[in-house]
Amino acid sequence: MTALSRKPLFLMLAIVASLAASPARAQSAVADGQKLAFDRGKGNCLTCHVIKGGDLPGTIGPELKDLKAKYPDRNELTAIIFDETKRNPQTMMPPFGRNRILTEQEISAIVDFLQTL
Amino acid sequence: MKARSSILLGSLSAALVAFALTSARVVAADKIDPVADAKAFQNFFFQKFPTVKHEDFVNGPYSMNEDMKRQWQEKEEFPPYEFALDAGKEMFATPFKNGKTYADCFPNGGIGIRQNYPYFDEKEGKVVTLELALNRCREANGEAPYSYVKDEMASLTAYMAFTSRGKPMDIKIPDDPRALAAFENGKRYFYTRRGQMNFSCASCHVQSPGERIRAEILAPALGILNAMPIYRSEWSGMGTTSRRFVTCNSQTRAVPLDPQADEYRDVEYFLSYVANGLPISGPGARP
Ligand code: HEC
Ligand code: HEC
Repeated sequence: MTALSRKPLFLMLAIVASLAASPARAQSAVADGQKLAFDRGKGNCLTCHVIKGGDLPGTIGPELKDLKAKYPDRNELTAIIFDETKRNPQTMMPPFGRNRILTEQEISAIVDFLQTL
Repeated sequence: MKARSSILLGSLSAALVAFALTSARVVAADKIDPVADAKAFQNFFFQKFPTVKHEDFVNGPYSMNEDMKRQWQEKEEFPPYEFALDAGKEMFATPFKNGKTYADCFPNGGIGIRQNYPYFDEKEGKVVTLELALNRCREANGEAPYSYVKDEMASLTAYMAFTSRGKPMDIKIPDDPRALAAFENGKRYFYTRRGQMNFSCASCHVQSPGERIRAEILAPALGILNAMPIYRSEWSGMGTTSRRFVTCNSQTRAVPLDPQADEYRDVEYFLSYVANGLPISGPGARP
């Protein structure tokens, strides 16, 4: 199998998985996402961002709020967390996905959480 | 923490970041030109913080925030590094087993010379920092070297900085291609992103001085070594320049180098040279 023919299969699996998610699981993804975002050993997003419900935020990035309005497509948020240097090569924000600080699943849970802000 | 009392304005900080991003790299030329680099480096900070007095940059985070500056000035009445100064002074005066002292290893008996370190040693072809020179002095006199990251080294450098307070940093780059290469190498290390977090030293100390990461206010890179060594409450003790470099690397999940590795020596050379003219303020005290 070539790498090319593998990709659509992976995408289909991802879609199937997301269709299967129940509302209860979505709820727990938001809670997981918040935990991951606040955890110093994981997202540690509070180092740089004010986020509702989080203590001792830093001031390097913008406050994270109204993100659903600003980025209606969740893929945009995923891309920012995966590797913001793509949009802005000079950014301070670590490339959480590219450098494997967070897994795809963890990023997805954080995006669920961000969409509630 | 007290720093919490300052109000956060996300959009304001975003604007500051956006401003900083346009000039993340503040050195001048393509060819190696330390004079032009130092000028561009200093001007970047002078323009970014027009209200900060030039000689104040050497006070790290305190130059960036009036509230903190006041707290610090009160602290200076009973400086937490006092014990290290006393210890350093005594160590300096106490002879080695062979009867010699540190004073025998340094120009002017080691007093009032902090501003000349690091220097480029043309015989060795490398940068020599004050910490390195102190350990070489010990070894030349038959004593075991001290750890670069522990209290003894901090006490010795604290005392030597204290006797040099107010003297303008005065680093020379001799007309030697190896000295220019060392400067350039230090500059490259300083601006190169590394580690899982993908930060360079400049990400924090050029792009974001005055900003907070969690509760800590980031010090500006200009004059950042003039206050070393520093007392930090977080360490409940003193830290040498070596300790701070290693800590900044490992806290951002980058692999730290060995203290006094060539590249750290070169970074120290670069950062000290671009601070020429700014006063020695060490030892410092930090929250
Ligand atoms: C070391 C600093 C830092 C950390 C840690 C950080 N960010 Fe950021 N982030 C920034 C900066 C700076 C920006 C501004 C945009 C840019 O620099 O490109 C930003 C922008 C964003 C944006 C776009 C906001 C907008 O209004 O357009 C989102 C969303 C975001 N970050 C989410 C996160 C999440 C989620 C985490 C943790 C998993 C995180 N950030 C961790 C520095 C950081
Ligand atoms: C992600 C942020 C970050 C990075 C990257 C970083 N530092 Fe730091 N640095 C800090 C923090 C936080 C402090 C403690 C607060 C302060 O004084 O700035 C500090 C303090 C220092 C100090 C003491 C300054 C003082 O006056 O207290 C020096 C010197 C220093 N850093 C040098 C470096 C060098 C050299 C590098 C690269 C090898 C580096 N830093 C990378 C965050 C960082």
